[in-house]
Amino acid sequence: MGVSRRDFLKLSGGTAVAGAIGAGISPQKASAAERELRIKGAKETKTICPYCSVGCGILAYTKDGKLVDAEGDPDHPISEGTLCSKGASLYQVVSNPTRLTKPMYRAPGATDWKEVEWSWALDEIAKKIKDVRDRTFKATSKAKIKEKTPDGKEQEVEKEFVVNRTDAIAHVGSAALDNEECYMIQKALRSWGLVYIEHQARI
Amino acid sequence: MTNHWADLRNADVILVMGANPAENHPISMKWIQRAKEQRGAKLIVVDPRFTRTATKADLYAPMRSGTDIAFLGGMIKFILDNNMYFRDYVVNYTNAPFLVNPDFKTCTDLDGLFSGYNPKTRSYDKKTWAFQLDASGVPKQDRTMKDPHCVFQLLKRQYSRYTIDKVSEITGTPGDVLLQVYRLYATTGVPNKVGTECYAMGWTQHTIGTQNIRAMTIIQMLLGNIGMAGGGVNALRGESNVQGSTDHGLLFNTLPGYLATPTASWTDLATYNEKNTPKTKEAKSVNWWSNKPKYMVSYLKAIYGAKATKDNDFGYNWLPKLDEGQNCSWLVLFDQMFKGKFEGFFAWGQNPACSGSNAGKVRKALSKLKWMVNVNLFDNETGSFWRGPGMNPKDVQTEVFMLPACFSVEKEGSITNSGRLAQWRYKAIEPIGQSKSDSDIMNELFFRVKKLYQKQGGKFPEPIFNLTWDYGEKDAEGKVKEVNTHKIAMEINGYHLEDLYDKKAVPPKLIAKKGDLCASFVNLQDDGTTSCGNWIYSQSYTQKDGKIINMMARRDKSDPTGMAFFPGWAWAWPVNRKIIYNRCSVNPEGRPWDQKRPVIKWDAAKINPATNKPGVWVGDVPDGPAPPLAAEGGKLPFIMKPDGVGSIFGPGLADGPFPEHYEPLECPIQENPMSKQYNSPTIKLWYSKEGQKIAPEDIFASCDVRYPFVATTYRVSEHWQTGVLTRHEPWQLEMVPQVFIEISKELAAEKGIKSGDKVMVSSARGSLWAKAVVTGRLKPFKIAGNTVHQVGMPWHFGWQWPADGSGGESANLLTPTIGDSNTMIPETKAFMVNVEKM
Repeated sequence: MGVSRRDFLKLSGGTAVAGAIGAGISPQKASAAERELRIKGAKETKTICPYCSVGCGILAYTKDGKLVDAEGDPDHPISEGTLCSKGASLYQVVSNPTRLTKPMYRAPGATDWKEVEWSWALDEIAKKIKDVRDRTFKATSKAKIKEKTPDGKEQEVEKEFVVNRTDAIAHVGSAALDNEECYMIQKALRSWGLVYIEHQARI
Repeated sequence: MTNHWADLRNADVILVMGANPAENHPISMKWIQRAKEQRGAKLIVVDPRFTRTATKADLYAPMRSGTDIAFLGGMIKFILDNNMYFRDYVVNYTNAPFLVNPDFKTCTDLDGLFSGYNPKTRSYDKKTWAFQLDASGVPKQDRTMKDPHCVFQLLKRQYSRYTIDKVSEITGTPGDVLLQVYRLYATTGVPNKVGTECYAMGWTQHTIGTQNIRAMTIIQMLLGNIGMAGGGVNALRGESNVQGSTDHGLLFNTLPGYLATPTASWTDLATYNEKNTPKTKEAKSVNWWSNKPKYMVSYLKAIYGAKATKDNDFGYNWLPKLDEGQNCSWLVLFDQMFKGKFEGFFAWGQNPACSGSNAGKVRKALSKLKWMVNVNLFDNETGSFWRGPGMNPKDVQTEVFMLPACFSVEKEGSITNSGRLAQWRYKAIEPIGQSKSDSDIMNELFFRVKKLYQKQGGKFPEPIFNLTWDYGEKDAEGKVKEVNTHKIAMEINGYHLEDLYDKKAVPPKLIAKKGDLCASFVNLQDDGTTSCGNWIYSQSYTQKDGKIINMMARRDKSDPTGMAFFPGWAWAWPVNRKIIYNRCSVNPEGRPWDQKRPVIKWDAAKINPATNKPGVWVGDVPDGPAPPLAAEGGKLPFIMKPDGVGSIFGPGLADGPFPEHYEPLECPIQENPMSKQYNSPTIKLWYSKEGQKIAPEDIFASCDVRYPFVATTYRVSEHWQTGVLTRHEPWQLEMVPQVFIEISKELAAEKGIKSGDKVMVSSARGSLWAKAVVTGRLKPFKIAGNTVHQVGMPWHFGWQWPADGSGGESANLLTPTIGDSNTMIPETKAFMVNVEKM
């Protein structure tokens, strides 16, 4: 019977920790022991790598609501426990001191950002969406189309069609979102009448 | 991908062209290596640069950027000249025997153009690009493929010019290397050998991007490699969920599930269905898209719920409609923004100030906006464009809202990998700081806009009022407190809104009860009795025997067929099919072409539980349950094509039914050695006619002494796209700290540049500094008798971070405003630059 790396960790947990303190153990065992210490008592959550499209499995370990480690998921049939340098350093995004943690606002002509409340920012954006939509809404649009005349010939005629849209707001993004979010966002954007909707897939 | 990652293991020859998986999809190399180690598979890499993937190759061929069709056209000619195609497959499963209108002319006849070209409109009248039909309306065929008007003979004629010498003159690939590649890949044109192809943005980001891929699909059909285990044409998609985001219609031209966005003249649902639903007279064609009205009505029922009724066309006119011919794709969008046509803009999880081709124009365009909402994990060049290089903040009147989004491990939902595998991710921790999930941000915005319309009234509020939004517990005001993404996943999967009976059974048999989650798209209806947000995802979140199952969260890693399908692990669209077009993997009797590598096989004796009669497919989920072609009731394999066969002749595209080599918009030679047609005749030019002055932002410079070197862009393993995540990660940034340019030793000697020197790279549109990497990985090409140098650089960097500017700028400051004729993807993989020591 083969022993997977994960099984090895489970089997060797206690002894490896003790051994790591001693001298003369192999570097492999020491690193396994170090990992065991890091994830001991941590909650394991299964996730998928957010970078490329291979879809590697990652086990995220959390303690006291904080991410303490992320490892390749050895049960994952595509990645089999392996990760690239980006997937392996997932925690550096989570715990990054430069992450945006509050909504920010930049007024016209301002030279800096200003921290704002969520509710204010969302209310302002909603007002702008409605204002632009109402002012620029195209219920109908004239277009030239080809129509067949009774004698079977094609001729170009101008007609007015219902279009129910605004061409004054555009949206891009995102292939970094979850499926459910992509679906929900396109649904909302189209309810506002947007047609300029694009994202990474085009470029 | 037609196939999937682990399936690379099953290949005999792997052609990597237009991709660099060792760098950009690192873990996938495991499966390429396994094919090499376990099957003795051969890896061919074709790339302008000797990439990390090339280091593992058995055969490497250098090729000038933008000349893939010349390279592949030469392979088509080689396969045909040497009778190395898989005849039974070609005759039975492709349109090679079909007869085309006798007036159709190839580019061999018309010096680089197909019949029907109109230079004024820069488009084709496709009248002659049609099949000859018999009295019943079915395409005529010559199964001997000898008729001069049959597709097979036209293919021969089209590629008769693609000789080794001609291809070598264009690509710069030595003739003997071309022959080695062609010979090795063509060995897969027999039933028991399979070749696969992996491509990425190296193929798509060209003015002829779609046709690059078409050229390979023609080769794969000639060799019988589509539908086979270890075969297919595999797009290695660039982002974790770019497959899913595309599937779900975040593009101007598609609704979820690849349903077309309505246009103005499709005035009602009946017209929409009429114009979009393909018809066929071929009795053996499944023509699956004939079900389209069911998917459209079920989508409308999903988004408008009970408000969508038969009497109001299921709310069809609540959807916004495009004008005839209105193109809202990326380049057009930023051109419109540049011209001041937009007031508001959302950059949501994307950084166009660095990722957009001709990024300098994009940045100027942003300054024309009245307001912008930037949703991201980090500040970036887009959100902070107003304080970027060349901007005076006081002059920029754009209001910017920057909203903090949370990370993947701080929320719950699914993403779909390149192999169409949708996998569920769980929440590990709460969002950092005040950051929110993207679904919660949209929930807040949607509610607020709706509330404003309820209070104040306004233009056409129906689509907002009628939109379903049943995504969790609501507060006193009616706002969903926190979005439950499982509810969205179920809406996408679809519900039965009424009891559904099998009316053919006596007495009628209950198939599904009102309120049940749909078992798959097979039971969707066009009468409003089912809802489904995205038909291709129907079955992803379903129920069995009353128990609700999130199929995307499954974790059974067993491999019952031994073919690495892992059918119990998560869930792949459609209906958990791992290899699409898999009915081509068997002969017309249903026996696998390669018995040792079966994808599916027809077991004529086994009782089919669905019909209670003998005859059932075993293996992967077949492309439809119909018996094999030669059996009674048998069907043709390409179920999404009205004719039921693969399109070697593809009249659907704008630029030709066969691929033809044209030079990139910016190229190093004055003439196209293949024909007198220099660039693709159907690309949208950013000026209306010859000689008209072009906007300075859109300028280009072909065969211009000021910009003598061919350039391409790419990525490195340590960084991610524009680097918005990875530039903030100390480990990644330490490994690759700044933008660099790879140049050959020969060019370096010519320009007096040493490795580590700072050089200035410029194109007609912009410039940036980069660290020189002098390398043997690039070599000068011999193109049409001249020495041509190629350089390459990554596009991961931008001025905003690292804050001291040490990372440098985006390589997209150099790239042009020009797109593919079919998709409008920008041509960022072939353009011209200069390099000077600073």
